[in-house]
Amino acid sequence: MSEHTARSEDITRESVSFLHMLKLATLAGSSEEKTDLARRRLIQTFAFVLLWLSGIAAVAILLAVVGYVVAQGAKVVNLEFLTTPPAGGLAASDVGGMSTTVVSTVYLVFWTIVIAGPLGVLAAIYLVEYAEEVEGRTGLIPLLVSVVRFAVEILAGVPSIIFGLFGYALFVSAKGLGWSFSLRSAAVTGACLVLPVIIRASEEAIRAVPRSYREGSLALGATKWQTTWKVVLPAAAPGVITGIVLSVGRVISETAVFFVTFGGTVRAPDTVFDLSSPGRSMALHVYYLAMETRAFDKAMGTGAVLIVTIILINLSINVISRRLTARLGGR
Amino acid sequence: MSLRRIIDRGVRYVLLCSALVSIFVVFLILLFTFRESLPAFQEIGVINMLTGTVWRPQRDRLGILSMIAGSLLVTLGAVTLGVPLSLAGAIFLAEVAPSRVREVVRPAIELLAGIPSVVYGLFGMVVLVPMVRHLLSVPGNTGFGLASASMVLAVMVLPTITNIAEDAIRAVPKEYREGSLALGATRWQTIVGVTVPAARSGIIAAIILGVGRALGETMAMIMVIGNSIRMPRPLGNNPLTIFLSQARTLTGNIAVEIKYATGLHEDALFATGVILFVLIMLVNGSARVLMQRRAG
Repeated sequence: MSEHTARSEDITRESVSFLHMLKLATLAGSSEEKTDLARRRLIQTFAFVLLWLSGIAAVAILLAVVGYVVAQGAKVVNLEFLTTPPAGGLAASDVGGMSTTVVSTVYLVFWTIVIAGPLGVLAAIYLVEYAEEVEGRTGLIPLLVSVVRFAVEILAGVPSIIFGLFGYALFVSAKGLGWSFSLRSAAVTGACLVLPVIIRASEEAIRAVPRSYREGSLALGATKWQTTWKVVLPAAAPGVITGIVLSVGRVISETAVFFVTFGGTVRAPDTVFDLSSPGRSMALHVYYLAMETRAFDKAMGTGAVLIVTIILINLSINVISRRLTARLGGR
Repeated sequence: MSLRRIIDRGVRYVLLCSALVSIFVVFLILLFTFRESLPAFQEIGVINMLTGTVWRPQRDRLGILSMIAGSLLVTLGAVTLGVPLSLAGAIFLAEVAPSRVREVVRPAIELLAGIPSVVYGLFGMVVLVPMVRHLLSVPGNTGFGLASASMVLAVMVLPTITNIAEDAIRAVPKEYREGSLALGATRWQTIVGVTVPAARSGIIAAIILGVGRALGETMAMIMVIGNSIRMPRPLGNNPLTIFLSQARTLTGNIAVEIKYATGLHEDALFATGVILFVLIMLVNGSARVLMQRRAG
């Protein structure tokens, strides 16, 4: 069925191109050819100018947003801003910094990755190294594998507020586990949010490891798991780490999920193990400052710190992936 | 049987269990959102909820048509503004840009995707909202509303559409372009007449995925759209002034109210979530079908 549709689409594609080419062929050699060529060149120049402008526009939008927020934020960000806790409340918008929100964010990232990292990487190993050999067969496990793939795809497409809603019902609310607004509610919900990100990136990285690596190891008498653990995984490490770093960025920038699971108190959990306390991540802090205290200068300051963090994360991903290409290309 | 063989066997099941977690999470999400929404659907009725224009939780009037309208209008605005720019960007990156320029533009678009939505919301509140308020002097225009929200959202969907459309254009076989160029077509004629039509289904999938992304956005929308529970309506005689109207999205409705809602009100918010979930699954599903057709 799908083959049939694909073929009919190919025919449409080709007939479109064929008609187009026919039109060009009839023009060739005619007396109007020269002026026609000049006209077509002119249209092309005009179109390419627009295309260049669109590329420039994308960069300009980025520079406008980043530049504005960072420039405005730079007015309030200094060592004191980074190391003083927010004052909280409506009256005190001109005092206080953002220190506890940095702490809360670090705790939140830590637990999210501790939960989702191993689960995601192990799931990806299974999907690439173990599931592909059973695929196409019938039985319970092949069925489960295809359901897993479908589930990962659904998770990747679910909007974050739905994750928030689910976390609120299952963890926060007294009708669920009754954990209330807390580090653990937020971390577990956040882990569900980034699980597909880690699985997909790791899958891609593991799949890119050349077959010969595995064959070499197996030929030397290693078991499948030894091969996976000692040969495949180290070779895939940069890609796997990229996925994890990407998830760190996702947790840092996510707001909707933590708005309904983390609480929002300016006080940070006492330690990273203080799982039952609520908190406020940096992104949440931007929201509360802008929407509740209307302290736009401090919101800009926190936003600037957020953006710089995200830029650093993107840069590190680029470095890692460049190393990955160099490594796989070099051997 | 040696120890390492036993480990080899056991590990397989540990890995399988990790993979099954994804199914478990999807199951829990469905179970909890659908279960909590059930009383609302039973008591108010699906049709009444979908067609009711009054949202007064205190009186158990829980129609969400205004929020559906808000979500659809802001998505329409974002698509109108964002699609031409995104597609031009995709064509530029795939067909026109020299590799040096591409190495600047592509990371810029990646970074646009990485900027937190609260930062977009903040930028919208501080820069776009006052701009819309001052530039368009229509009575009742506060600047907060669909127009500002559409602009913010257009930038947020740009990376999604550009990346996927660029991949689709790149996937068109080289022979198509060569055939056209060999017959004397200009590069632009080749793009319009051959490459883009051949990449059609992938490009449409890119736009649909952008729509899905737009429907799901929450915090940036809350910050700039005004969150009015009233049905969006034109502020003046020009029907386009509907975009100056304040509105509320389905996502915003959930986020703004869930923390203090109880009883039927809370159930209705879960029902809002279910409707959003179904809507986005339909949108993403159709994009998936298109992408698979391209691959097959």
